[in-house]
Amino acid sequence: MIVQLLISSLVTGSIYALIALAMAIIYKASEIPNFAQGEMAMVSTYITFVLLSTFGFPFLTALVLTLTFAFLLGILFEFLLIRRAKEPNLLGFIIITLGFQLLLFGLAGWKWGSDQRTFTLPFSESEVVVRTSSFVLTEHNLASLIIAMVIMVILYLILNHTKLGLAMRACQQNVGAAMFNGIPANRILGITFGISSIVGAIAGILVAPITTLDPTMMWDPLVKGFAAAVLGSMKSLPGVVIGGLLLGLIENLFGFYVSLEFKSIVAFGVIMLILFIKPSGLFAKHYIRKV
Amino acid sequence: MLLEIKNIETFYDKIKILNGISFSLEEGKVTAIIGNNGAGKTTMLNTIMGLIDDQPEKGKITFRNKPIQLVDTDKIVKMGIAYVPEGREVFEELTVKENLLVGAYIRKDRKGIQSDLVKMLEYFPALKSRLNQLAGTLSGGEQQMLAIARALMSDPTLVILDEPSLGLSPLLVQEIFKIIREINRDGKTILLVEQNANMAIEVSDQVYIMENGKFVLNGPADEIKDNEDVREFYLGLKEVDSLKGYQRYKRRRTWR
Repeated sequence: MIVQLLISSLVTGSIYALIALAMAIIYKASEIPNFAQGEMAMVSTYITFVLLSTFGFPFLTALVLTLTFAFLLGILFEFLLIRRAKEPNLLGFIIITLGFQLLLFGLAGWKWGSDQRTFTLPFSESEVVVRTSSFVLTEHNLASLIIAMVIMVILYLILNHTKLGLAMRACQQNVGAAMFNGIPANRILGITFGISSIVGAIAGILVAPITTLDPTMMWDPLVKGFAAAVLGSMKSLPGVVIGGLLLGLIENLFGFYVSLEFKSIVAFGVIMLILFIKPSGLFAKHYIRKV
Repeated sequence: MLLEIKNIETFYDKIKILNGISFSLEEGKVTAIIGNNGAGKTTMLNTIMGLIDDQPEKGKITFRNKPIQLVDTDKIVKMGIAYVPEGREVFEELTVKENLLVGAYIRKDRKGIQSDLVKMLEYFPALKSRLNQLAGTLSGGEQQMLAIARALMSDPTLVILDEPSLGLSPLLVQEIFKIIREINRDGKTILLVEQNANMAIEVSDQVYIMENGKFVLNGPADEIKDNEDVREFYLGLKEVDSLKGYQRYKRRRTWR
C-alpha cells in the first residue's frame, strides 16, 4: 500500500510542482503572485478540448496549438494589463491578476457553460501499465510523471543555458541593471509570462482527466500549487519543485492515515505552518547584500 | 560632437533637479563632471540613459546627432553608450562570467565577444581566478572592476562612469583611474562623474563643475586645476593667508 501511496503522491506532487513553477517563474521575475494562473490554464485546457472534440485534430497538433495559445495568452496578459499599470505596487498587481482571473472565468462560463465534461487524453486513467500485488501504475500516472519531468528539464536548460535564460535571470535580480546592459526588460517579462502560461496549461491538461473539465477545475490545484510554492520558497525553482512533491506526499499520507474528508485542508495547514516557522520557505536562499 | 545635451530639465514629481543644463562631449576625450552630493550628477546620467520615466521634461539629448531623449534604455545602449552605475549593481547571483555575458547581450558576434572577454581579463587580472564565482562574493573593488568590464563588453563608443571611486581604498582608486585612462587610450570616449575632484581632474581632458542642477564652470582640466575657487572649494587647497597669519575674510565663489 505504501508504494501505491508514494506513486499517487509523486503524480499529484509533480502536477502541484508544475503549477508552483508557473507561479514562481513570474514571482521571481516581477514579485507578482499571479492568481490568474489557474484560470489561464483552465482556458487553455478548454482550447485543447475544443480542438480535440469539435475539430477532431490529432492530439499532438492540438497540443502544439494549445501551447501556442497559452504562450500568446501570457504575453497578452503582460502586455495589455500588467505593463499598463503606472507606478504599481503589490496590491495593484494582485487586483489586476484577480480581475483577469474573474474575466477568464466569466468568459469560460459564457462560452462553454458550467457543465462538467469528461476530458480524455491518449493516455488514460483507466489503462494500467504495471500491476503488481502491491500497486497499480496507470498510463496517466506514468505520462504525468514523464511530462512533468521533461518540462522541468526544459525549463532548467532554458534558464541556465540560453541567452534568453540569462536575460531572464538578470531581470529577476536587478531590472534596472538589466536595462542599462541593453536587455529589453519589458519584453523579457512578457516572454516570462508566456512561458509560465505554457507550464500552467500543461498542468491543466494533466489535471482535467482526473477531475473533470469545468470552469472551476483549477481552483483547488491552484491553491495547492501556491501552497507548494510557499512551502519551497517562491524564490527558488528547485525549492518549488521539492515543495510540490512534499505537499503531494503530505496530502496523500494525511488522506490515507488521518482523514480523507479533510485532505484539502492540508495545503492551507501547510501554508500557515510555513508562515509561522519559516515565512521565506524551506529552500529560500538568503543572499546577504554587501554595501 | 558625440553626445550633446541642450537645456535639459528633469523633475522628480514637482521638484526640479536639473535646471536647464547643456554640454557637449568630444569623441575620444575623457570628460569629468564634479560636484557635491545632491548637485544632480547622477540624475543627469539617469536622464541620459533614459532610466527616469517620462523625463527630461524639457530639452534635447542627441547622440551622434540622433535624439535619444525619451528613448528606451535598451535602445540607447544599442546605439553605443555603456553605463557603470553608482554602487556597481552587479548581478550578485550570477557568476562573474555570466555578468560579463549579460554585458554583451546586445551583441551577436561570438568571436568578438570571446576576444573581448579575454581583453577584460587583461584589463582586470583580478577577475581571472573568479570567473565562475558568484559576483556577490567579490570584494567591493572587484565588483567595481566587474561593473566596468561588464559595461565594456557591449563594445560601446561612450562609457559613462558614475563615481567609480565610491567606497574604495586610495590605492584601488588609483588603479581604477589608471585603467580608465587605458580604456580611453584604447579608443573609448569617457564621461566620468566624481566627488573625488583631485583624481577626476587629473585623469580628464575636460572638466565641468555642477552645483544645484546647473553647470557653474567648465574648461580644460589644466585651467580648472588652477582656478582659485576650484582650488579652495573642491581641491581643499587654500591660498596663502594674509601676512598676519589668518584669513581676514571668507572667500566667496566668484560664479555666484
